[in-house]
Amino acid sequence: MATTTTKAPGAAPAPTAAKRGIGEFLLDQRAFVALIVLIIVFALLSDAYLTPTNLITMTKHVAYNAILAMGMLLVIITGGIDLSIGSIVGLSGIVAGVLLQGWDLSIFDVTAYPAVWVVVLVSLAVGALVGALNGLLVTRFGVAPFIATLGTLYIARGAALLISNGSTFPRLQGDPELGNTGFSFLGVARPLGIPTAIWIMVIFAVAIWILTAKTPFGRRLYATGGNERAAELGGVPVRSIKMKVYIISGVCAGMAGLIIASELTSAAPQTGTSFELNAIAAVVIGGASLAGGRGTVKGALIGAFVIGFLSDGLVMVGVSTFWQTVIKGLVIVLAVMLDQGQQRLTNARAAAVAAQSVKRELAAHHAGAQ
Amino acid sequence: MTATATGAATDVVMRAREVAKVYGGTHALRGVDFEVRRGHVTALIGENGAGKSTLMKILAGVEQPTAGTIELDGEPVTFASPTEAVAHGVAIIHQELNLCPNLSIADNIFVGRERTRGAFVDDKVQRDAATELLEHLEEPIDPRTLVGDLRLGQQQLIEIARALSEEARVLIMDEPTSALSATEVHVLFRVIRELTARGVSIIYISHHLDECLEIADHAVILRDGNVVAQAPMSEVDMGWIITQMVGREEGALFAPMAHDPGEPLLEISDLIVADPDSPERLAVRGVSVTVHAGEVVGVYGLMGAGRTELLEAVAGRNPVLGGRIVLEGRDLTHASVSERIDAGLILVPEDRQRDGLVPALSVGRNMALAAVSRFVRGMFVRAKDERGAVDEASRVVRVKAASQDAPIGSLSGGNQQKVVIGRALLTQPRVLVLDEPTRGIDVGAKADIFALMAAEARNGIGVLFATSEVGEVLHACDRIVVMARGRVSAVLDPREVDREQLMAASDVSVPDLATTSNPNPPTTTEDE
Ligand SMILES: Nc1ncnc2c1ncn2[C@@H]1O[C@H](COP(=O)(O)OP(=O)(O)OP(=O)(O)O)[C@@H](O)[C@H]1O
Ligand SMILES: [Mg+2]
Repeated sequence: MATTTTKAPGAAPAPTAAKRGIGEFLLDQRAFVALIVLIIVFALLSDAYLTPTNLITMTKHVAYNAILAMGMLLVIITGGIDLSIGSIVGLSGIVAGVLLQGWDLSIFDVTAYPAVWVVVLVSLAVGALVGALNGLLVTRFGVAPFIATLGTLYIARGAALLISNGSTFPRLQGDPELGNTGFSFLGVARPLGIPTAIWIMVIFAVAIWILTAKTPFGRRLYATGGNERAAELGGVPVRSIKMKVYIISGVCAGMAGLIIASELTSAAPQTGTSFELNAIAAVVIGGASLAGGRGTVKGALIGAFVIGFLSDGLVMVGVSTFWQTVIKGLVIVLAVMLDQGQQRLTNARAAAVAAQSVKRELAAHHAGAQ
Repeated sequence: MTATATGAATDVVMRAREVAKVYGGTHALRGVDFEVRRGHVTALIGENGAGKSTLMKILAGVEQPTAGTIELDGEPVTFASPTEAVAHGVAIIHQELNLCPNLSIADNIFVGRERTRGAFVDDKVQRDAATELLEHLEEPIDPRTLVGDLRLGQQQLIEIARALSEEARVLIMDEPTSALSATEVHVLFRVIRELTARGVSIIYISHHLDECLEIADHAVILRDGNVVAQAPMSEVDMGWIITQMVGREEGALFAPMAHDPGEPLLEISDLIVADPDSPERLAVRGVSVTVHAGEVVGVYGLMGAGRTELLEAVAGRNPVLGGRIVLEGRDLTHASVSERIDAGLILVPEDRQRDGLVPALSVGRNMALAAVSRFVRGMFVRAKDERGAVDEASRVVRVKAASQDAPIGSLSGGNQQKVVIGRALLTQPRVLVLDEPTRGIDVGAKADIFALMAAEARNGIGVLFATSEVGEVLHACDRIVVMARGRVSAVLDPREVDREQLMAASDVSVPDLATTSNPNPPTTTEDE
């Protein structure tokens, strides 16, 4: 088409127009509207749905996907994609498992039992490392993001299987004698009555929101995705921006892996398989464009909530798992179609109204000429 | 280096010595000496592909010279990046727009050099600075407007605003006016004069030689990568410039028009088209035009008159809200673009960068794109036929390219435009529609393109083209359709009107349509 206008949600971190109608507001907020509709429908179908306990439980389920989605969001804004995050989730959990169960340093004839905070940092660092590998492949070796992260998807999963020898690390609660207890804090504890996972999600959301909406890094991020060459000519260090987003995405995935391992108090190498697809879905439902340059933290969050609340709701009203999968797919496609279609529809209406008056004028003119 | 820094005239701010640039096998620059003087406007003039943009990119740190040196204030410098050049006070407005459509005006102006408070972007400071720049350019758009929502001319002004915000000592303008209206050009000239009065040096590149004559103090002529002549502007005239540029005496710039129109080919009646950028506004409000066989029809109008929207609707790129488009008795009002191409109606778009070319494909493939079906035998594309036809078309439109396998990005702007026209011709159209076919094209190529249009018309096809340049409609068409505010304000015979009549017809003030007269999209608001 002739137009490159982008007025959809998350078009830019800054407000885009001074004046807004209620219609445009609803259009902008359609992912949010969808979430509300979803909640209402399930609340009508199941009494247990709209209770504080259930809402907290569901939000906890949302948390790790939301964290993954926010990392994915940054990558997608630059016009890239990160397929490796599901594998990083598995790898980071396994790394935590190894360290908590005792790191067998046979060469030194000792077994190390690092403190939990060390375990957390090392696992996150492993996530960052895989992210850095992604970034390196994309920026230095010019590998397309899809391919680069597809490669690391296998590499990270393979590494998790190698380290664990394919088996699960059970009982990660640690041993007071070894001074490595407390890992359950991430997945089980409830400071102020709210699960830690939710707190972590909130912290990540605020941090990444500030990063995208307030800092020069954020502007450069959107510039890189909007027009890479323009950004580069404008002095944006495009490579370093891309490098950083893959690293952040890796850290987000590492965090999600830790939360899950803590919640289950065990780490399995297969954990996180196909999680990257949920994250992509959340980001896209939230109005981001896979072409880059568009998307917001708020959108990605809402997207994650839509997916999570939908899945849990379907379980609660007793829809079969097979249908759950189909419905999830439909929602994703519908969300994106809405994004395109609704805007086109509104535009078409406005134009048709204007055209009608001109047609009347022309008819009058032709009648007068005869 | 053998070059000596001694004897540099004190008023020379920047100097290129023996600068050469080789791209693959192409010698874009062959040892160029070039001087920029303090507070002067130096016009760099040359045909498409002469090497103007290449030289400028080297001065601005976008490209590195293959050989030669750059001096700033007599000291040799090397700019590894545009950022380094800006740090040394050298800024550039690129020939092709380099903006992020997804960012606001203010963000585009300051991207890479954000104004911050602590760790955060200071949006207010950026907005205020942007507002001030825009007001200075007499284009008071809300700086929060998305750049993608602006029309082309406004986007070009944003490029200019960004360069101005860099407060450079040497400001390079590579075709800054290709999408600007006459009024906007005058604003730019005012700004240029203010800058030079403050001691800023300007390098000005434009294919509008009258602009160069008006604004520049010096003319430097580049031909095939060499500086072939230079002189103070006061000592030269248009004829001299053109002779130096093309290396021969000026021929007839415009092919004489002597067509006798045949049957009506394309009949457009009461066409209504929405503005794709702001759908509540109509861009074309009931336009009727007929193009006959063997006729060249020129659509003239100011920016925002609806020319582009009309042509794009005719080509099937904008939906039609009312009226009809009929080609040789066949109703194409709601036909798809490819159906129209098959029927013999094709558009050469205004913005070749965005709509015209596929950057990943070669010159030949780009040219054959729309006509691939012509070369299909059975299931396959006959490469030999395709190459042959492309060669033929390249000759007709006179593309200057290393070969048809060269990447499209390696061609100069003007040559890229010729590729787009060549592509249209390859589809063997009945009616050829061209939107601003000479945008960014040198005089020689302009003459080529008009000669081509005339020749095609003599072969019996109809040509419909839009332009904002008076000279073009007056000399290059058989009939002028003047558009103003989405309507046809006059149909004129180019042999019987002059410049003033034409301008007057394009500028009718219709009081009751005052709200639609604003060429800015409605996202524009009063400042803050
Ligand atoms: N990136 C590139 N790779 C290969 N060749 C190039 C590249 N850039 C420019 N050239 C070639 O260098 C020559 C000079 O191009 P340049 O863009 O400097 O011309 P110009 O004078 O600016 O022309 P125009 O008026 O059309 O913009 C042309 O022959 C062009 O094909
Ligand atoms: Mg150029």
